[in-house]
Amino acid sequence: MKDLVSANKINTIPKINDFIVKFANVNGSGSASANNMFAKSIFRMGIPVSPHNIFPSNIQGLPTWYEVRVSEKGYLGRREGVDLMVAMNEQTIKSDIDSVLPGGFVLHDSSKPLSDELIRGDVHFLPIPLKDIVLKEFDKPSQRQLFKNIVYVGALSAFLDIDFEVLTKMISDQFRGKEKLISPNIHSLELGYQYASDNFKCPLPIKLKPSNKNENKILINGNTAIGVGCVYGGATVASWYPLTPSTSVVDAFDKYCKRLRIESGSGKNKFSIVQAEDEIAAIGMVIGASWNGARAFTATSGPGISLMQEFLGLAYFSEVPAVLFNIQRAGPSTGMPTRTQQGDLLSCAYASHGDTKHILLFPSNPKECFDFAADSFDIAERLQTPVIVLSDLELGMNEQISEPLEWDDNRRYDRGKVLNEEQLKSIERYGRYQDSDGDGIPYRTYPGTHPNKGSYFTRGSSHDANAAYTEDGDIYAEGMDRIALKFKTAIKYLPEPDISNIKKHKLGMIYLGTTTSAIQEVLDSLTKKGISLDTMRLRAFPFHLDVKEFIENHELLYVIEQNRDAQLKSLLKIECNALEEKMHSIRSYNGVLITAQKIETEILDSLKTSEKNKGISA
Amino acid sequence: MSYIRKPKFHHPDLKTNDLGLTRRDYEGTLTTLCGGCGHDSISAAIVQAAADMSLSPHRVAKISGIGCSSKIPSYFLSKSHGFNSVHGRMPSVATGANIANKDLHYVGISGDGDSASIGLGQFCHIVRRRINMLYIVANNGTYGLTKGQLSATADVGSKTKSGEESLYDNIDMATLAIELGASFVARSFSGDKKQLVPLIQAGLSHKGFAFIDVVSPCVTFNNTNFSSHGYKNTWENYISLSQVDFVPMKEEITTSYDPGQDKSITLHDGSVIHLHKAGNDYDPTNKENALQHINKHKKEGEIATGLLYINQSTSDLHELQATVDKPFNLLSNHDLCPGNESLIDINNSFR
Repeated sequence: MKDLVSANKINTIPKINDFIVKFANVNGSGSASANNMFAKSIFRMGIPVSPHNIFPSNIQGLPTWYEVRVSEKGYLGRREGVDLMVAMNEQTIKSDIDSVLPGGFVLHDSSKPLSDELIRGDVHFLPIPLKDIVLKEFDKPSQRQLFKNIVYVGALSAFLDIDFEVLTKMISDQFRGKEKLISPNIHSLELGYQYASDNFKCPLPIKLKPSNKNENKILINGNTAIGVGCVYGGATVASWYPLTPSTSVVDAFDKYCKRLRIESGSGKNKFSIVQAEDEIAAIGMVIGASWNGARAFTATSGPGISLMQEFLGLAYFSEVPAVLFNIQRAGPSTGMPTRTQQGDLLSCAYASHGDTKHILLFPSNPKECFDFAADSFDIAERLQTPVIVLSDLELGMNEQISEPLEWDDNRRYDRGKVLNEEQLKSIERYGRYQDSDGDGIPYRTYPGTHPNKGSYFTRGSSHDANAAYTEDGDIYAEGMDRIALKFKTAIKYLPEPDISNIKKHKLGMIYLGTTTSAIQEVLDSLTKKGISLDTMRLRAFPFHLDVKEFIENHELLYVIEQNRDAQLKSLLKIECNALEEKMHSIRSYNGVLITAQKIETEILDSLKTSEKNKGISA
Repeated sequence: MSYIRKPKFHHPDLKTNDLGLTRRDYEGTLTTLCGGCGHDSISAAIVQAAADMSLSPHRVAKISGIGCSSKIPSYFLSKSHGFNSVHGRMPSVATGANIANKDLHYVGISGDGDSASIGLGQFCHIVRRRINMLYIVANNGTYGLTKGQLSATADVGSKTKSGEESLYDNIDMATLAIELGASFVARSFSGDKKQLVPLIQAGLSHKGFAFIDVVSPCVTFNNTNFSSHGYKNTWENYISLSQVDFVPMKEEITTSYDPGQDKSITLHDGSVIHLHKAGNDYDPTNKENALQHINKHKKEGEIATGLLYINQSTSDLHELQATVDKPFNLLSNHDLCPGNESLIDINNSFR
């Protein structure tokens, strides 16, 4: 048995529950489910874990990576550097091996010898003849392909000390009802485990230790949570056009509707899903259904938002509710369709021509995806305007540790200001766009409510308080001002920002969405260096008054976001009069999640520079 | 003329229908279209059709796109909700509205620019999805609101007022609708109320996607002798398949028709369309026959009108998707929310 670590005289710092394992695979080879199983087994051991799937826009043959960060401290953002690389892709093996930290490990298929130029003196190699093992054990080529992945998971369980029972139980859970598949999967795990134990000193210095950090938590991706949230939020109509990374939102809605929205007795559906001919039709159906009193949504990404612009303006101006989920990906244009970004902030905030503005919600974890999905229907109907929930690929498609989803059974949907037949009877004259309550929100009626009261004409052309067409500029301006007032009213219906401490420190950080995953790590690390900051996580647009206050109460603010043009900073400048000189922008836009290290380095650099400048001026 | 309010005066002798409503109760605001516009005849035909069949005005939703044609919903049924949406996208709005409440009548009004050009894609897909509605295209072969450009339904060689000639093959909305699976396809002429009114009534009673292509001349920009969509050309080359009569469900059929001469089609709601034979042996239930008939007349420079095709055995979107009987917009919190107990199970599946 080889004791690699002492034999190679490579300095490896032992790490327990704090390392990164990265899988380099060829897409379409069935690696995803094996890699998921690996991550989930760590979750089930009670250890905080965050998998990040970095995949190509392709079905078969291109490189794909699966990065799993293990962190007892609960740092679930990305970190650069790999402690253990499972190098299964010959196309990328050189750069994959190069990315391993000194003292790290490379698990590779030794059925074919590794060429000399790949050998590094400062990392440990863990050769396992994966191909030879599966060739011997399985007859069918497809089995060999799939079980090879399971064999390396088995080996990892020996290397990292994964509870083997956790793995076997997961296999039994996964293939319940397909019993034939259970034994070859477990056999494959054993093959890998046995080979690793027989040939290497196991476990390695980097290893897992069961913990209790995941009690009551769930491991779920944001898109699934949104799909469930739409079921709970009372959505009956989903219209969409397939678009990565948003597709799985509707898949999840479909799945849970089939489970939870079938009428007992008749077996009929209390939902309708239409795959539209394009995103324009998708949002058109949502608007038509919402106008007629059903809760409807669409899920899309950047290119879809671009196509929906005209309809968004119509819904804004004619005041029809609509719910959109924008699972952002890297733009512009087709951009990097399978990489993450927060690049649609401005294009969503002011989508469509003319003076428009839209409600945006920024979930940063699956629990919030669920909550905001359900809330978005209440908000859209209360305010009679589109609500765009801005998630991203990182949150939408990767499994995340989350608080469990919860629903208060006493909660009733807020259907907003809708007049029913009785109410219409008691009203002398109904005006669709009359601001009777002074909050900018008028009353609407559903078609078919009353024989001769409450009908009106919905239009995108200028209209008066009774919805009649007008080209009178003053009446038009009055209507526009009322909608502006409605957006002031909107704030009280929107989730407030999550603020750590106002006025406690001179420095502050502002961020939203998936950037959040890096923040605690940044704060902890900077605290050790004697630097303290207040934080503000934005959860909705238009911004609460607290946002302006937070900006005013700090001398220097780091606005951290994942796009090139500092869109969040621009939005804060436009909407909160934030001064350019006190806003320091930290951005990442390479398509993968921003790291704590990047944020920390930029903060430290900026502080050094400002001290230097002070020195010069003094 | 939009600033002029329509007087509410009713002639005391005005006839009332089964609901006690007069023709005036089915009207809309005063038209702002050009004097003599074919589209106004379409509004008038809808008013008459709805009044005569005692349709409850508030149980109709009128949806349109953009253009002269899409103004039409303002001019009929002012007690109905209307939705003037965006250019070429009426089909998607109508689809969503129909999904939300299956119990209303839906009337979609569009034009040749709206449905054959910018909205051709949406037109094709609403036909495919078999939305239960009446879809009328007011077809004048021109873009009136932008002052007379050629549209995609203008025949090759057709000329605009400014002399521009159509160089490209035209799109025939009726054959397209038949090809794509529309279950009721008719063509008529805005000037032929006698034919158009019963077709509208039959279209409203038909369960499924009913389409009527109405040749509706643009008096200002496309009423030339060189236009296939002008009054002169339409009257001269108008081939009526048969005279159509619509008998509402409640009306007792007293007139006797010679079965050898006439054809009767009973619609889903029990109402009947009578087709009086006019010299040919046309069978509107045969798809291939319908396409052949339209194309044959087209070759001869003629416009085949009347009920071109009907298929009563198709299912609409709600039937295809097996949606519940209750309209979605009436489903309550209780109907829709599964409650926290189900969520506990869902949470457990993610542990």
